[in-house]
Order: sequence, then structure tokens, then C-alpha cells
Amino acid sequence: MGKARVKVPKKAKKGEIITIKTLIKHKMQRATKDKKTGKPIKRNIIHTFEAKFNGKPFLTAEWDTGISANPYTAFTHRVSESGEYEFVWKDDAGQTYTAKARIEVA
Amino acid sequence: MFGTRYRMGGVAFTALGALAVAGVFTLGAGSASACEECKGKFEVDGKKSGYLYSNPSTQAMEDDDFDNPGMLWVEKGRKLWAKKDGKANKSCQDCHGAPEKMRGVYPVYPKYDPKTKKLINIEQRINRCRTEKMQAKPWKWDKDNLLGVTALIGYVSRGLPVNVKIDGPAKPFFEKGKAFYYQRRGQLDMACKHCHEDNAGKYIRADFISEGRGGGNFPTYRLKWQKLGSLHRRFKGCNKQVRAKPYKQGADEYVNLELFVKWRTNGLPVEVPGVRR
Repeated sequence: MGKARVKVPKKAKKGEIITIKTLIKHKMQRATKDKKTGKPIKRNIIHTFEAKFNGKPFLTAEWDTGISANPYTAFTHRVSESGEYEFVWKDDAGQTYTAKARIEVA
Repeated sequence: MFGTRYRMGGVAFTALGALAVAGVFTLGAGSASACEECKGKFEVDGKKSGYLYSNPSTQAMEDDDFDNPGMLWVEKGRKLWAKKDGKANKSCQDCHGAPEKMRGVYPVYPKYDPKTKKLINIEQRINRCRTEKMQAKPWKWDKDNLLGVTALIGYVSRGLPVNVKIDGPAKPFFEKGKAFYYQRRGQLDMACKHCHEDNAGKYIRADFISEGRGGGNFPTYRLKWQKLGSLHRRFKGCNKQVRAKPYKQGADEYVNLELFVKWRTNGLPVEVPGVRR
């Protein structure tokens, strides 16, 4: 669980709008009962997704129930300088998953 | 009324009738492909891959290697391929080399295995390597490890036509698989062919029934399952839907059926990991 894939172009022109794609492997377990034992299973979904550029967040998403397993997110960003993207996913179990990607702006 | 008004010697009427039929057919066939090029690729000798019965958004998901969630398992498989395991401390790579060298393996399985004197499919072949050559525990069906390596072996054969052999020692097993396919079963008393041959292309609730040519796309990422799944899992689902008691994954009945289904897919390209609804 928590294996992330991100796709960010390596190079871009100044002021260009780029598309970023992200995909993370996550069960997105909803709160339910175990079929055999009847014991409750706690909810464990990714509730916060954040995209940062050079440490500054530019997109924050609060997810709730109804988001599929292995959530895929695509969005655009206007780049003005070279730097590093950081993507953070947080789930109910307290786990944090991160992925990083660099972009060079000519 | 409309038809009769414009009926001029019967010719115009016939033309109208033909048009209407053609219209219904296109809708029913569900071949709203994302691209014309794919249509040629996934339709060979009148056989259509289930790809052409999917809607364009599902097709787009399969086409792009990044969007395709099945690729997560292929990547996992690639890691496992190089990982040493078992008492023999060997990895798949130690004997077979790079995964790309396995190109051409996926399209010819299941095939006859002289050792057990029955058919063997890819999942079973992987587990045999694990127990005999690596002296490790076999992997469980439809768990991430076995799915990953199976998907990897399918992935490296992408684009090759499925080409299983049904002559020689495999013949009796092929006949058994064929009998299974045409055998009515379950409370609904339906055989595989009642959906996938007689009613392919028609609606089943909100979806189109495919031709059941699933030999080239499994393990497939099904949006309903929200994960990758084997062909045998799909068989189980079909059996349950006609209210028959399903067999276990890896049962001889299903391996024989797999050969028959793959033979029906012969000629269509391998598209592992496929994406279906």
C-alpha cells in the first residue's frame, strides 16, 4: 500500500501550464464489518492530498468516502521557476506517503 | 405511416428499413472506440476483443501506461522478479534473465505438461518454479505477488497474437474445456455460450456483453474489483451469476476452460494489463 506514481514533465518553458498526473496504490478501506467474524473494520482512507512546489502548497484536497481505491488525480500548474514538486497523501492510519519530482524551467 | 408515405415502388422503403437496422446495430455492438486505429488492432478475423465493448473512458485508461492502474502490479512484479527467495536463494532472474526475455511465453499458455499429464497455466508454472527450483512457498491465487509476476509476463508479450496449440496431447483437455463452455449450469441453467455467443454485443443491464475472448487481457484491472484479477476469478464470477457453484481458482476444470477461451482469442493481441468495467 502507498506506492505512488507521479508524472511531471522534466522540462518546461517559463509560464507554461503543465499537466501533472498522480496515482497511488491504496485500499481505501471503508468502515465495515468482517464477513466471517463480525468484528468491525476501521475506516482507512486517504483523507488529505497535498501538492507542493518548492515547499509551498498549491493544491490541497480533502477526500471523503466515495473516492475509489488506488486514487488517480490529474491537475495543471503554471510553472515560473525550476524546482521540486512534493506530493503528500495522508491516511486514517496515520501514514504519510510522499513522492517527489524535479522540473527544469528554461 | 412515415414508411408508407415515402414508399415509391418499395425501393425507398427498403432503404429506410436497412438504415434503421444499421442504426440499431451500431448502438448494440458498442464499438464506440476511442480511436479508429485501435479498432483494427483489436478486431482480427471478425473476432473482437472485450476492449471494443468497453466505453471510451475505460479504453483511454488502458491505453495510457500511466493511467492504467494495472501497471502498479507490473511494477511490483518487476521487483519480485529480481528478488531472491526460498531455500535455494534464487530469483526468477537468476534462471530466466531479464523479464523481457519471457516475451512470447504468455500467448502459448496453458499448455500440456508431461510431468503431471494435464494442462498447466502461467500461474501454476510460476508456482512450480517457486516450489521446485526456488524451494519457496507457492503464492496464493489472486494475491498481489502472483498477480504481479503474471501481469509482468503478460506485459512483456504485449502486442503479440495469442496463439495456443490445441492439437496433440492438449486435444482431450481442449475438448473438456469446450464441453464446459457449452454445458448449461446453475439455477439459471445457462452455459457460457448463451451470453458470449448468442447475445454478445447486447446490453446486460448497463453494459455490453463481450464475446468472451478474454485470453489476451487477463490479469485485468476491473474497476468493479478495484484491483487486478485473474481469468479464473472472472470464471468464478460468471459461474456465480448463473447461480452455479464455482470451482476454485486453479481447478482443472478452469484450466481446461482457460485453454478453450484462449483458443477463441487466438489471433487477437495480448493487452495485459487490460482495464475493464
